[in-house]
Amino acid sequence: MRARAATRSTGRNRGWLWLAPAVLVAALLFGTAVGETRIPLATVIEVLAVKAGLGSAALDPIDASVIWHYRLSRAVVAACGGASLALSGLILQALLRNPLAEPYLLGISAGASTGAVTVAVAGIGAGLLSMSAGAFAGALTAFALVAALARAAGGGTGMRGAGVIILAGIAGSQMFNALTALIIAQSASAEQARGIMFWLLGNLSGVRWPDSWVAVPMAALALGVGLWHARTLDAFAFGAESAASLGIDLRRTQALLIGTASLATAIMVSIAGAIGFVGLVVPHAMRILVGPRHARLVPATALAGAVFLVLSDVVSRIVIPGQVLPIGVITALVGAPAFAVVMIRGRQR
Amino acid sequence: MTPILEAVGASHAVRGREILSDISLRLHPGETLGLIGPNGSGKSTLMGLMAGLLRPSRGEIRLEGRPMARLGRRQIARRLALVAQSAETAERITVRDAVELGRTPWLGPLRPWGAQDDDAVAAALDAVDMAHMAGRDWASLSGGERQRVHIARAHAQAPRILLLDEPTNHLDIHHQIAILDLVARLSVTTVIALHDLHHALRCERVMVLRAGRCVALGPPMEILTPALIREIFAVEAEIIPHPRGGRPVFAFQRLA
Repeated sequence: MRARAATRSTGRNRGWLWLAPAVLVAALLFGTAVGETRIPLATVIEVLAVKAGLGSAALDPIDASVIWHYRLSRAVVAACGGASLALSGLILQALLRNPLAEPYLLGISAGASTGAVTVAVAGIGAGLLSMSAGAFAGALTAFALVAALARAAGGGTGMRGAGVIILAGIAGSQMFNALTALIIAQSASAEQARGIMFWLLGNLSGVRWPDSWVAVPMAALALGVGLWHARTLDAFAFGAESAASLGIDLRRTQALLIGTASLATAIMVSIAGAIGFVGLVVPHAMRILVGPRHARLVPATALAGAVFLVLSDVVSRIVIPGQVLPIGVITALVGAPAFAVVMIRGRQR
Repeated sequence: MTPILEAVGASHAVRGREILSDISLRLHPGETLGLIGPNGSGKSTLMGLMAGLLRPSRGEIRLEGRPMARLGRRQIARRLALVAQSAETAERITVRDAVELGRTPWLGPLRPWGAQDDDAVAAALDAVDMAHMAGRDWASLSGGERQRVHIARAHAQAPRILLLDEPTNHLDIHHQIAILDLVARLSVTTVIALHDLHHALRCERVMVLRAGRCVALGPPMEILTPALIREIFAVEAEIIPHPRGGRPVFAFQRLA
């Protein structure tokens, strides 16, 4: 009994974590192999081996190019984005004690979109980094507004408070989406407008390697911050006041963790638009699988988020032959029913 | 002797309105202080101030002689534990998970869980007689069991001071007595907010609050006179000695 408890508490029983890289690699290979033209897994592995300098077989240059420049970069960014968004949702759910909290529903994604579109249309710097900065500013503004609105409306913790902040998030989303539409209508050319609209729905089509230079560090940062604060996140189980009485510095913690969640969302929005529901579905599924302890929940959520988005991306490419759906459509098709389930279960409590 | 916890003219204001005024109190190591007063008299606010969760608008709270405002949250949590009035969770955590939260101020990313933490949790579970239920889900616990788990969590925090905000609320009489006996067995300095005046008689000292002000402070048998009870709670009280020399009993009647 004691031995079992000790294992649980220290998290020494993490054998499954060794499987994580294997699962991730399998998902990435699958994501690279499947697409409009199916490329045999053997070819994929061959190309990757050559690119990694592990061989020098003669390659079909078209296959090699598709695999390396389009498919793999896209799969890697999808994995990082999935991990980042899922961790954002996990952090927001723990800190706000709200099972429905996630960047999309709280309007953070919409705010980030407005910020990114503003930068893109105005052409300030016009690069991924400046778009990310604009998205981050938009994300923080949106969260601050939504939090202030929820507070003014008397939202606390508990299911009523949970409802209030989600309503505030919906209001915020609508407002920022309207702002985005206004900016596009006012300032963008027809060509720009079409590109932006497609991107806004959540789209990984344009992703290339340079995007991963931002996405990979972001996912690593979100994972690192989450693991470092695993016990802090646990301490919020009985609410913010209880966390404070357990020695948590609320202001510092909330600023750091909500900042990280907003940054992760902003980076993903500037790369691939607003992809919804990943942050809602994945953490809940992982809670059921590995329990409420964040020492396990954080790595499990990161892994599952990565795999989920890679697979969603695959589905978005093959579900209608010859046509690529925005990935946000796929995640919403999975996420909306999950949202309903969480809401109904929340009511029964 | 330095008081372990001290309030010096402490007040607390919300939107400019003072809801607690000029509270001065010196808590001696090892004593049990009862806080009584009608609903809304400021008991919970005083608890919040003493726990360092609220900042006094005037005056100061000192923990072991040092101003609370200059201590970090973690330093405070290693010395002082709070059992708030109602702390609930929707997380699917077990009794043991909840008690383990008490070790939070002693742990960090670079100070992982160790044998002494296991010992502290085991001792805390034993203290509240919940060791056999360590694996139970929070959602399956009764109100009394939840309160015991909260006290075990506070115990695992290894504090020198324990603050309990109406820990016997909503409990049947058996569990009320069990909780009070349990708290009496813990050898820490305790401040406990109470509604039942009979329970207050078990404390070494009581502080009586009304409308945010301290009305009386001292040993319960000296303080809880029929006159004071009439003034504070607007009821007529008669004190009936216990037939076998135990604590006396109150009989209450609405003022005519």
